[in-house]
Amino acid sequence: MKISVFWIGVAVALVVALLTPHVVTNEFYLRTAYTVLQFVVLATAWNILGGYGGYVNFGSAGFFAIGAYSAVFIYKLFPLFQVPDYMIFVMLPLGGVVAAVIGLGTGYLTLRLRGVYFSIATLALAVVLQTLVTNWHFVGGARGASILPPQTVPIFSTWGEFLFVLMAILAIASLAVARYIERSWIGRGLAAIRDNEEAAECMGVPTLKLKLIGCTVSGFLFGVAGAPLPYYVNYIEPVSAFNLVYAVNALAMPMIGGATTWIGPLLGAVVLGTAQEVARVTISSEMNLLIVGVLLVFFVIAAPDGFVGLARKYLGNRKSR
Amino acid sequence: MFSFELLINAIVIGILLGGFYAAISLGLQVSFGLLDVVNIAHPAFIILGSYIAYMMGKWIGLDPILTGLLFMPVFFGLGMLVYRIYYESFEKRGAEALRGLAFFFGVLFIVEVALIIVYGVDYRSVDAIYVGPKIEIGVLDLPLRMLVPFVVSMTMAIALILYLSKTFTGRAIKAVAQDRLALQLMAADPVKIKQLAFGISLATTAMAGALLIIILPVEPSVGRLYIGQVFAIVVLAGLGSISGTVYAAIILGVAESFVQTFFGPSWSPAVSFGILLLVLGVRPAGLFGR
Repeated sequence: MKISVFWIGVAVALVVALLTPHVVTNEFYLRTAYTVLQFVVLATAWNILGGYGGYVNFGSAGFFAIGAYSAVFIYKLFPLFQVPDYMIFVMLPLGGVVAAVIGLGTGYLTLRLRGVYFSIATLALAVVLQTLVTNWHFVGGARGASILPPQTVPIFSTWGEFLFVLMAILAIASLAVARYIERSWIGRGLAAIRDNEEAAECMGVPTLKLKLIGCTVSGFLFGVAGAPLPYYVNYIEPVSAFNLVYAVNALAMPMIGGATTWIGPLLGAVVLGTAQEVARVTISSEMNLLIVGVLLVFFVIAAPDGFVGLARKYLGNRKSR
Repeated sequence: MFSFELLINAIVIGILLGGFYAAISLGLQVSFGLLDVVNIAHPAFIILGSYIAYMMGKWIGLDPILTGLLFMPVFFGLGMLVYRIYYESFEKRGAEALRGLAFFFGVLFIVEVALIIVYGVDYRSVDAIYVGPKIEIGVLDLPLRMLVPFVVSMTMAIALILYLSKTFTGRAIKAVAQDRLALQLMAADPVKIKQLAFGISLATTAMAGALLIIILPVEPSVGRLYIGQVFAIVVLAGLGSISGTVYAAIILGVAESFVQTFFGPSWSPAVSFGILLLVLGVRPAGLFGR
């Protein structure tokens, strides 16, 4: 019964996403929505390993930027203005696969150790990748690269519309993936790891294999989320692509929304993402980042299970009365 | 390109740089190595120390090292407070793995953004008589702005090693890392001991921050780059080894100086993180670990 409700929701969301560009003509709103949806993907991706398995990834920005720079790499393979419009459909999976392979490699190196080493290693990885990209002149190096999307747009009339719908589909797909993982043996295994890894190991849970699966899937989603970025921003350079903002939000959104279920990152990303977009326009971008940091610290101390935990607590109480 | 002179200078500068790296990682060795508190925000406190040294220099012309010394007790108190919050909210509930890490990440971010809001993203530096001049011995160039932090850092390291091995509380801090229960049976409160030790850990960042701004101009986000250095050093040294930290810091300093001299400065951030990943992959116990 519940499954059908979810899939009806997916179908409705897809239809809404496809119709939105026909209703909303102001590209500003589409671009804002794109940012929020991008955070939905990032938060969901982080949550697969962080929320389900309890392994904290600080390097989300690195995986995200690798997706973006894979796209830049393909773009640079073509002489100026000659990139075919369908190339975006090559950039997406490539960005995902490269990020997934890097995720798998990092996981393989560090997931056999204690969880904190994985966290530190991901932080390290982001800086190493940034250094590599900064020194790689083919993709623009430290100076950055200007990206002009091709003249023709696949399916839609403008790139703004296309990118919005693309990111909406990615967000819906990543939520479906996260929900599938959560309910399958993978999610149950990861939850066992989160609660007590040694006990899980003793009960025969293949912990390393599960963590590697989590790491790879999460890396893939980060990469896919990053791949459309060059077309969205038109100019990309390492400092902004590897910005800590992505890493903080990817972590803060699930923690604030509620990290043990797929709804948490969605709620966190929509609420925090929208709030940040509003604050960015009305106050200042630094101030809204400060708010995210303060909220993160506040929630991990005062409401460890986030929005979902709060909702369960109050709705649960009402039922029992 | 390659010359004997260049090589010697690279080694000496590397050793001096490593001495400074010891100052920034000693505190983390205490918190992460001995107390098992993964303080990701450690470099953020260092940058905070740098900005205090900058402000005190600008307001009343106070020497950065003196400022560092004066603010060590303040940071000590701050550390006790931070550990209290950490203990009550996470350690007591057994939630340090996921939420404790997120907490420190949040703190790191808050400090960085707060500094950006107050001071902007311009690079800041300090004035002191030892910032400019250098001593020349034969082919060697010894800038005083590297030499002075080296000496201060080594003094701090020796003081910390003596404190931890000679005094009762120092030994208790070491004991808390080895056997909490046994310490409790000896009628010492492990939480109080850890709180004290975390205070010491942050006190070192006040001085480390002052040393940092002597060596290089500082802006709020450089703290993140040092996360690599400090964790690489602590992991390379092996958890809990204070003297190992000094050796590991010098190894990293020399390695970075070599890369900087022979490949260019834009590659140097990769050195520490590369070493970190290598150590984690090959020998997670570190070189001087238990």
